[in-house]
Formats: sequence, C-alpha cells, structure tokens
Amino acid sequence: MAPLLEVDNLKIDARKDDGSLTPIVKGVSFNVKPGEVLALIGESGSGKTTIALSALGYTKPGLEFTSGEVRLHGQDVISMPSEEKRLMRGQKVAYLAQSAAATFNPAMTIGEQVTESAIIHGQLLKEDAENRAKELYRALELPEPERLGKRYPHQVSGGQLQRLMAAMALCGNPDLLVLDEPTTALDVTTQIEVLKAFKSVIKQEGSAAIYVTHDLSVVAQIADEIVVLYAGEVQEHGSAEQVVSTPNHDYTRRLMNAVRPPPAAGHGDKIEKSNNEVPVLELKNIFAGYGKIRDGTANISVLENINIKISKGQTVGVIGESGCGKSTMARVMSGLLPASKGNVLLRGENLKPDLKNRSRSELQKIQFVFQMADTALNPRQRIDQILGRPLEFYLELRGGEKRKRIAELLEMVELPQDFAGRYPDELSGGQKQRINLARALAASPEILLCDEVISALDTIVGANIIELLKQLRKNTGVSFVFISHDLSTVASFADHIVVLYAGKVVDQGTVDEVLSPPYHPYTRLLISSVPELRVGWLEESVDEIEELSLKRDQGFIN
Amino acid sequence: MLFQAVLKRILIGFATLFVVSIIIFLGTSLLPGDVAEIILGQMATPESLAALREKLGMNHPPHTRYLLWLGNLLSGDLGMSKAGSGAGTIGTEISVMIAPRLVNTLRLAGMVALISIPLAMSLGLLASMYPGSRIDRTITFTTLSIISIPDFLVAMILVMIFAVQLGWLPSIAYMSGNETGWQLIRALLMPTLTLVTIVSAQIIRMTRATILNIMSSPYIEMAILKGVPRKRIILRHSLLNTIGPIVNVIALNLAWLIGGVVIVETVFAYPGLAKLMIDGVQTRDLPLVQACAMIFCGTYVVLIMIADMASIISNPRLRHPK
Amino acid sequence: MSIDEKIKEKITSFEELPDAPPRRKIRFSIGGKIGIFFVFFWIVMVFIGPYVSPYNEADILDESLFIVPGGEEYPDTDYQPPSKVAFLGTDYLGRDTLSRILYGARTTIGISFLATLLAYLLGVTLGIAAAVGSEWLDMFLSRFNDAFLSIPTIMMGLVVIAAVGSTIPILIGMTGLIYATSVFRVARSLGQDVMVSDFVEAAKVRGEGLWWIITREILPNVVMPLATDFGLRFVWIILFISSLSFLGLGVQPPMSDWGSMVKENLGGLPYGSISPLMPSLAIATLTIAINLIVDDISAHSGGKLSNRMI
Repeated sequence: MAPLLEVDNLKIDARKDDGSLTPIVKGVSFNVKPGEVLALIGESGSGKTTIALSALGYTKPGLEFTSGEVRLHGQDVISMPSEEKRLMRGQKVAYLAQSAAATFNPAMTIGEQVTESAIIHGQLLKEDAENRAKELYRALELPEPERLGKRYPHQVSGGQLQRLMAAMALCGNPDLLVLDEPTTALDVTTQIEVLKAFKSVIKQEGSAAIYVTHDLSVVAQIADEIVVLYAGEVQEHGSAEQVVSTPNHDYTRRLMNAVRPPPAAGHGDKIEKSNNEVPVLELKNIFAGYGKIRDGTANISVLENINIKISKGQTVGVIGESGCGKSTMARVMSGLLPASKGNVLLRGENLKPDLKNRSRSELQKIQFVFQMADTALNPRQRIDQILGRPLEFYLELRGGEKRKRIAELLEMVELPQDFAGRYPDELSGGQKQRINLARALAASPEILLCDEVISALDTIVGANIIELLKQLRKNTGVSFVFISHDLSTVASFADHIVVLYAGKVVDQGTVDEVLSPPYHPYTRLLISSVPELRVGWLEESVDEIEELSLKRDQGFIN
Repeated sequence: MLFQAVLKRILIGFATLFVVSIIIFLGTSLLPGDVAEIILGQMATPESLAALREKLGMNHPPHTRYLLWLGNLLSGDLGMSKAGSGAGTIGTEISVMIAPRLVNTLRLAGMVALISIPLAMSLGLLASMYPGSRIDRTITFTTLSIISIPDFLVAMILVMIFAVQLGWLPSIAYMSGNETGWQLIRALLMPTLTLVTIVSAQIIRMTRATILNIMSSPYIEMAILKGVPRKRIILRHSLLNTIGPIVNVIALNLAWLIGGVVIVETVFAYPGLAKLMIDGVQTRDLPLVQACAMIFCGTYVVLIMIADMASIISNPRLRHPK
Repeated sequence: MSIDEKIKEKITSFEELPDAPPRRKIRFSIGGKIGIFFVFFWIVMVFIGPYVSPYNEADILDESLFIVPGGEEYPDTDYQPPSKVAFLGTDYLGRDTLSRILYGARTTIGISFLATLLAYLLGVTLGIAAAVGSEWLDMFLSRFNDAFLSIPTIMMGLVVIAAVGSTIPILIGMTGLIYATSVFRVARSLGQDVMVSDFVEAAKVRGEGLWWIITREILPNVVMPLATDFGLRFVWIILFISSLSFLGLGVQPPMSDWGSMVKENLGGLPYGSISPLMPSLAIATLTIAINLIVDDISAHSGGKLSNRMI
C-alpha cells in the first residue's frame, strides 16, 4: 500500500534574533500508511511537535523548514503555495492540540468551531455538518449531543473539551489526524476515557494518525508504529509491540526504565520508624477553603475534616485528582492558607493557623517546595543569593560559612559549583527543580512539603529527581509530604499514602495497606486507571474502569 | 452573573464621580482671589463686601458649601456666574453660558468620531492583516509619529498645507454661532481634520496591537491549522475578542474630544467648552470652572463605564454562565 | 576526579536538553538606531547647547546682517526665512531660531525629565504600596486615582497654575503629581502580577517581612517594564509641558522653552513663516526618537512573536 504521508529527510531550524540558525529537526524520515497510528515519542526539545506540525506544512513562529520534503499523497506540503496549504489543512490533515481549553475560541459556540472547517472547505453544507457533529458527539460519548453545539467552551469540562477537539478534527473526514499530547493535561481517570474515545473513533473513521506524546504507556495503548526521537533525530523506529517489548536503542531503554512501575504493594522504600514517637506534623480535624469564613466554614469549602500524622523520617504521599484539595492541604500546613477550623501541630505543639503569626524557628522546620521551579525562583536573583537567603535568615550564616554551606547544598542536589553564579534563566527545568529543593533544604527543615515537584518535568528528568529525593531522605532523615496526581510516583517513593477525593480523605494507610486488597473503590479506580506499559492493556481494563467510575459518580463516599 | 457585574461597575462609577466632585470642589476652592472683591472692584467698602459674601454663600464652612453645591448640581442648578470677564457676565446663569459652547463641542466631537472611528478601525485592521508588510510599516510609523508630536504641530502642518499652500480653507474659525450650512462646515473643517488625525492615530495603534495580541493566541493558531481563510480569522475569530480593549480606547478618545481639545480650540479660535473653562479660570469664575470640570469628568467616567460594560457584555463567560 | 567533575559528568548523562535560551541581546531596528542618535544628540545639547549656538538666545539680530546686494537697504529682521546668517530663520523679534532652540533644549528637557522622575517616585511608591498592602489601602488609593485620572490633564494643570502661579518648581511639581496617577496604575498592576508569583509566595513562607519582599523580590522584577514605561511617560510630559507653554501657562518670559517659542511665533504661520514650526519639529524629533526606541525594546521583550502571523 502506498504511504499516505512520507516524511523525507526533514530538517527544521530555529532562527535566532541575530539571524543565526540552530537545527531543531536534523533529517528525520518516516512514513504513515493509511489507517495506521504512528506515535512520535520523545521528551521536550526532541522536536516531536515540530515534526508533527510539518505534516500540515506549518511551523511555529521562529522556525523554518531548511530541507527535505513532507509528502501527502505524494505531494510536498512544505513547498505548496499558501492557498493550497489552506485548502489541505482541516480537509486532508487535521490537528488536535495539547490544551483544548486554550485552542477553543472563548467567544464562539462549540458547534460553530466544530463544523467550521468542513463548511468553509465546502465539504458539507451547514446542516449536514451539524448532523455529522452530533454523530461524532455521540460516538465520543459526550453528554446532550443535541444541545452541545449551542454551548460555549467555558460551559463544558476539560475532558469533554478534549473530546470535542477530536470531533472538530474529524468533522471534515480528514485522511490524517495529528494529535499533539492530547491527554497529557488530563487526570488519569479522564485520560482513560478520552483515550478510549479517541481509539474507537479513529478505528471507526479509518483515518491515519500521528500521535505525539512523551508517555510510553499511553503510546502502547494506541499506536501501531513508534518513532522514538531525541534531540531532533530518530533513535528507534519499529512496531509498537517490538519497541515496547524489545527496545533496541539505548535511549528507548532509558525511557522505559524511567517509567515507574504500576502502583502495587511492595514497591515503596521501607523506612524503619518507631510508632510511639510524637508525630513531626499533625493535622487535626482541619477544615479549609477560600472566601469569607463564618463559624469555621469557608465560603468555598475545599477541605473537610482532615486528619493526618507524619512521623519523623516518614514520607506521606498525598494522591488525588485535580481539584481534590491536595495543594490546599500543603498550603494549610505551611500556613499560607489559614485553616478555617482545626489544628496544625508541630511536634505536638499547636501552630498558629496563619504563617504571619508563626515564629521563625517554626517556619524553618516546615519548608515548602513549589510545583513550578520556573516561577518559584526569582529570575533576578543569582543561585547563590537564592540559596544563601534561608541560610542567613534562619541559621544566621554569613561570609565563608555561608559560601561553604551553599557549596554543600549544590553538591547535595548534584549540581556543579559554578552554578552558584548563574541566574535561574540559565538553567534547564530539572536543574531549576534541584535548586528549588536545595533552597528548601538550606533551612535544615524537619519536614518538606513537595507539591507536584516532578509533574512539569520530562520522564527521565523526573525519575532522576525521585532518585535524588530518595537519597536526600536517606541522608538527612527529613520527613516528606509528597503531593502528586500520579499514583505510580507516589507508590514508588512514599511509605504511607493518603487518598483525597473532593476535599475528604477517603483512604489512608501504609503503601501495602492501601495498594493491596481489599481496596477502597476509589483507590481501585485510581490504580486501574494508570496505563500499563504493554500493548492491549486498554482493551482489557476498560470495562472495569468504567464500572468503577460509574460507582464514583453515583457517590460511594459518605 | 451578568447583571451583578454590570451593577457592580455602575456602583464603582458613582463612587468615582463622588470622589471627583470632592476633588473638583476642593481644587477650585484653591483658586486665589476674592470674588466679592473682583465683583465690587477696588472701591468697595468692607460692609458691602461682607454683604455680598453673605449673599454668595461664602461665609459657610467648606463642607456646608460643598453639600450646597452638590445639592444644586444634582437638581440641575449650575448656579450663576460670579465674575465678569469684561463682558459683564456677572449673574448670568451658568447653564446659559455653557449651552452654546457645549453644542459646539459636541458638534465637533461628533463629526470627529463619525469620521475617525470607522476610518481608524479599518486602517488598524488593514495593518494587522499584513503585519510587517510595507503598508503595515507605513501605517505604524505614521501613527507613531502623530502620537509623538504635540497637537499644535499637527494643527500647524495642516494649516500650512490647506490654508497657506493650497489656500482651500480658512486657517482660523471665528464663529459667531449663527453659521449654517456651508459656512458652518467650512469653519469646522480644519479643527475636525486636525482632531481626526490625532484620534485616528491612537485608535489605529490600539486596534492593531490588540488584534496582533489575539493573533498569537493558541485558538488562532488552531484556526490557521483548520484552514480558515485569513479574512475570516480576523473578522470572525479575533474581532469578537478585541471588542473590550478597542471600545475602551474609543471611550478614552471621546472623553478627550470633550475635555482635552483646548489646544486645537485655541489654535483655530474655536468657541468650545474647553476654551470657556480656560476663560473661567482666568476670571476666577468658580461656579463656571466647577461646572465645566464636572462635565468633563462626568463624561469621562460615564464613557469609561459604558466601555467597561461593553466588554462585560461581550464576555461569553458572563453572558452564558455555566 | 573531584566531586565537582563527577557531578558534571553526571549532568551530561542526564540527557536533559536545555530548555532555556541564553540571554538575548537587544537588537535595534533602523528606526531604533535613528532614535538613539536623536536622543543622544539632544542629551548632548542639554549640556553644551548654549556654548555651540551661533548667537545668544536673547540677541536680536542686526539688520545689517540681512542686507542683500541690490535689495532693500534695511530689511525687517523678524520672520526671516532660513539663510546663511540664520540657518533656521528668525522669530517675531528677529532673534535667531536655531540659537533659541539650542538654548530651549535645556529648559524643556530638564523640566520634563525632573517632572517624570517625580511622577515615578510618587507613582511607583504608591502603586507598589497598593499592590502589596491591604485590600482597603488598595481600594482607597485606586478610587482616588481613578477620580484624578478622569480630570483632563491640561485642565488640572490650568487650575493649579491659576491658583498658585507658574514658576519652574511649581511646573515640575504639578506635572509630576498629575502624571503620578498613570504611573500608579502601571506600577500597581505590575506589582500585583509579581505579588502572586510563586517566588514571592516562597519568600512569604520563609517568613520574610514586607520590606524584603518589596525591595528584593518585587522591585527587581518590575524595573525593566517600568523603564520602558518611563520613556513613554517622558514623551507625554514633554508634550504636556509644551502644550502648557503654548497656552502661555508654562514657562514664563523672559525664559523660554520650545512650547512657548511656538506660541510667540504663531502669528507668522498665516504668512508661511517656519519659525513656529521649527521648535515643534525639535519636540517631534525628540519624542518620536524616544518612541522608536521604546517600540524596539517592547518588541524585544515579547512583542515580536505577534509580528509574524499567519
């Protein structure tokens, strides 16, 4: 069968301000056959999105095609005149972006945006396009297909919007779909629903697809062929089955190793601890939320009756989906958000709810590590200033002593000494996250609150940070509160798990207790929603997941 | 939700107007000179001065005077002129003094708005449709120059061209107030042309910047990747989201046309409201200055309020709550 | 191998691709370069203008200078067109326009610059205070500021000058005050943006006081955008001062600045004299130049993406 799309020695460069070119894609070739799903997998900077967009003859501003061809039905889309490109886009090749929330125009109805492409290309009349859209809404299991088209993007949920984007892409019956990390921003349980909907609709329509992602487990569920990219070059290319089960290339193996095993009992590190000791930090009957507080209840209540104990050297993993209140909990512990009711205890002593009223030594003992290292470090301060400040502030170290300690901290987070003189902008994402950790450690705390510290990082970089955290825990004896939406990460790092759902603790205990039968139904839903790194998992698990989410929606929590 | 947002905006508008009235009252009270002395002249006896002060209500404490003034203002009574600007306006109703000037000002502002808003928005659209092109660069540079130079230079250049070189138009617009038809249009032409130039430059720049800003958003990229034609991208996908900022700039410019055009009125000797206020300041005619200032500030506050309301209403999140 | 080297070794094996571009240097367009030239020229003139000008600003040129062979014996010296004697012609009294522009640079630019500084001092202080302070303080300052903004600037200037007269310190103080309102708005919104950033939150969790947060976390991050804004504000203040002088309310005789030079010579306009145009053009070269530079800088810090569309 003749290939639908041929990418032939494609090279794309980035043009800098001074006019010089930096190669981004360095001679990539692959083919997509009709009806086939090809996955482009790689980490940030691998050029995967850039390559995928070239199938539409498009580059992001600042990038340029320098050589090679991308042929659709044998015709090069790069050298096409722009009017022809326009006619091809949406009609023959359709694009699905990572964030549906940003790619839907807030001022236009969903229906108009879904049918727009098919109508302007003259493929369908307005009425037919609307009927086709309704058909797709049904196929994608979206609620109220008859009325959905009249609504605005802000009126539907994130998961629904993501599926609506698939409807938008499919409406004009394109030959090729380009999906750019379409499930990355979603919660695990939603991700499975969307993934399932994508897979069945692609099959039903018989269109080919390029699926861009960094997540091998997701790829294993949906792709026929896998292309592994690193730094703009193809590292490995093979069938999904072959790449996942017998990876040939070194980089693919590293990527596989960085994927954390599915959550199960017995993976966590065991830390010996004595149970009769006073907990380092304790939450007692905590209620918290936003807005005005009346009689101990906030206007918008987020957390309800939370009880958690963290002993010395213990790592408590807090897991839950977006909006469950896990970050709010960390903010209550740190005092950034005063609880509306209940007590926060540090070594058995009551802490003031608001951090403004806490003493300096109390503040020193609880350190907060923010999620986004990009924004948590002041871009106008040098690394030595960032690390030096807590040393001055809490420990009153000055001069040589301070410099010595900064050097030790850099070493602790495995960064070279000359980083002390750099600004955050000159560091990569993972390096910034290390500095972020080092700053918290500089205070010599007893407990570290880590809020989604690896969720913004690439798989391998994230795995390295987890390794670093394990080492720090061993060397320093610090307790951790490790907040994450990713159960595998929590299971591989924590020794105690707290499961949050809608602001309440629904399950808690040691890793072994929580992750072995009998399961709490919500925990079980979370566990079974984590995709496994093998082909065919989705089909096997989908029924169970559906049953469990139905139970959740009916409200199993009392 | 929509209703609440609109109501909140209206309340803020009133609060601002209230603060404005205090500032104006206090600010104008700073003006030196005793009106009674000015009216009665050098020869006045202390007794007659005291009597006149009593009559003018100048013996009350400031807060009472403020409340009296505000009360009168709210009931539509702008008071009487307290100074003679040579023509013996003492005792004239302020509203009588203001009315013809206000008509002139509104006539000029209306003409300018009518021409410049459609003109500027089209030019702004044109520039943003072809960013970096020759036409865009010409428009960008020209408007940048116009907003950078003093109003009087714009006026002078136009006079040089149309009055001195070409001799088409009179350079000065002495108006008796009785002009009609062609005469009126001739008198209005130069000031209108000047103001159209200035106001259009502002609106063009803002329209272009707003549209280009929206053009870099992901949903426009999506529209491009869906094969939507450029014209439709600008007119359908981006214009809807630019209403807020553009309406705001138009409102600011309209407010400026009412109260900020004193330079242009001076250059062309156009008898507008701004010029009247300057005369009022020079003759220490407090009620006149206060009334003019309230008109200017009130116009500003109301126009900005309307603009904010337009962007509230054009926001689908508020128009179609969940 | 030292520990440091070992670490470096390890970093290269992270396989992490740098995602942060090195700091970019600003590049000026042709317009920006012309802008820099003119701004530089006028700054130099502020300092040396009076020493390089052909005549004194108050000199009324002698009639004999303008005698043309075969022409009228004693021509009028006022509103002379440009000639070798007076490059830019003469004004309504027969003074050399070029010399007066060179002398006036100091007055116009000096007053405007000081007023801009004052506006920044006040506006930034209050704006940052509103951004970091309590909700009530912010409410109070913002409402008050909104009210001030609604008064046409030139009218406000007018009333103040009528009340207290027009001396140079009053001109500077008043202009600074009037423009502090718009600086307040900019500083407040910039401050609010930084205030909600994670690194300020991090400083708060650490227990830092307000002073540290303002001086170390917020100010360094608002300096660049404020500097760009300073340029724009400076332009508006030059235009404002010139407009006041044009109305006869700004710089008072015998001192003169560019705005009052336009006013003095406006009478020559109907006869086609360029004497009122020249000082206006001096203003224009400076203000357009500043705006061209500002345009380049703001394009550098983010505006550029939007310039390449579709």
